[in-house]
Amino acid sequence: MKQSQIRVLIAKPGLDGHDRGAKVIARALRDAGFEVIYTGIRQTPQMIAEAALQEDVDVVGLSILSGAHMTLCPKVVELLHAQGQEDVLVLLGGIIPDEDAAQLKAAGVHAVFGPGTTSAEIIAFIRTAMAGG
Amino acid sequence: MPKPVPTQQLIDNLLRGDRLALSRAISRVEDDAGEAARIVQAVFAHTGKAHLIGITGAPGTGKSTLVSALVASYRARGETVGVLAVDPTSPFSGGALLGDRVRMTSHSGDAGVFIRSMATRRGTGGLAKASADALLLLDAAGFDRILVETVGAGQAEIEIASVADSVVVVEAPGLGDEVQAIKAGLLEIADIFAVNKADRKGAARTVAALEMMLETGGAAAQTIFHHGQRMEAGAAASEIDGRDGWPIPVLETVAVSGGGVAQLRDALERHRTWLDESGARVARESRRLDHMLQTLVQAEMLARMERTLSPGLRSDLVDRMQRRKTDPYSAAADMVKKLST
Repeated sequence: MKQSQIRVLIAKPGLDGHDRGAKVIARALRDAGFEVIYTGIRQTPQMIAEAALQEDVDVVGLSILSGAHMTLCPKVVELLHAQGQEDVLVLLGGIIPDEDAAQLKAAGVHAVFGPGTTSAEIIAFIRTAMAGG
Repeated sequence: MPKPVPTQQLIDNLLRGDRLALSRAISRVEDDAGEAARIVQAVFAHTGKAHLIGITGAPGTGKSTLVSALVASYRARGETVGVLAVDPTSPFSGGALLGDRVRMTSHSGDAGVFIRSMATRRGTGGLAKASADALLLLDAAGFDRILVETVGAGQAEIEIASVADSVVVVEAPGLGDEVQAIKAGLLEIADIFAVNKADRKGAARTVAALEMMLETGGAAAQTIFHHGQRMEAGAAASEIDGRDGWPIPVLETVAVSGGGVAQLRDALERHRTWLDESGARVARESRRLDHMLQTLVQAEMLARMERTLSPGLRSDLVDRMQRRKTDPYSAAADMVKKLST
């Protein structure tokens, strides 16, 4: 188990401004005892990777509803790895077709959460991953 | 999980200006008292160069936006800036929602800026200690200016800002009268007032109210405006906080558009010069270091108490207090006595 406080970056890459989901998750994660850094909408993968570096987060949660996930997510993963943050857990929330989800997982996204996912599932996933499971 | 980077390597890289090393070092001083000691011991000789600026004020006054605008202003002059944005930890869940970056996205991609959010994590060693350590790390990493932003509510948050070289208290029109500012204890720590959102109705009134406060009340103002009459009070106050003789400006800013930000930067520059020339900079740093020393000793004494006293002693004393067999003062004296023998 990670002894220190778990830090999570919640970001919305791309051009859609629908941030309700991201905010709901941010709040749920805070209520679960995580430190959540919320970056807001219209973030580029570069901005997200940079924020992840400066904040030394354990988890990056991306929320995408624009359909641009196949471009944006692998880029975020690539940048995180390039800057030495290979150990950061990358999660994606949004409306993601199954075949895309499989490809994204192959590209280094650890989990994809679609509509209907409960906050509790996401929290449990993070806790398990941080415990080394 | 990959093996963590050895602390020594982290320290070396931090001193070379490596951003990931700086970021990880901040996490370690936050998470682990032993690591904090090791890292701060190694970098302390490299600190004391940056201009440390505290920015505080009530929620909603536009602190984050003003910090962002100030960062841009320093960057335009080629100076590097570190930002520590402190937000409260929820007392219920222990979690925190840190949203200051939302207002600071324009600095993304700029290698001369480093922004870190920090939660107060009450009860786990003290905010003052963690943030003071983080500020030392930013200083050692070589930033010219370091801005520490805290909500101006709560003793610890005000404490953090108040140990800076220069303290900006941010106000905004329409947030209640000046009595609110006095209640919050913000008047005493301000070197500069920024009335933000100055394009809004009521800004002139807020400025006037603050100026009047400064002329008629407040410990800091007394030492400035009534020096002749209040020599003793003034001297005592200045010994403590080194604010004697600095005329506190009240500035208007519109952080969103950058209005008044150059004036704020200039006022900060004048204050820094004044600090150097008056010797107040030395006084401030000495106060800051004394404060750190005190915090660390307190933390160590508490830890030692937990370690050395039998675990039942405390609950036993509490139990006896509850049955009115002893009182809080005698119980505390009992524990301290056991510690020193």
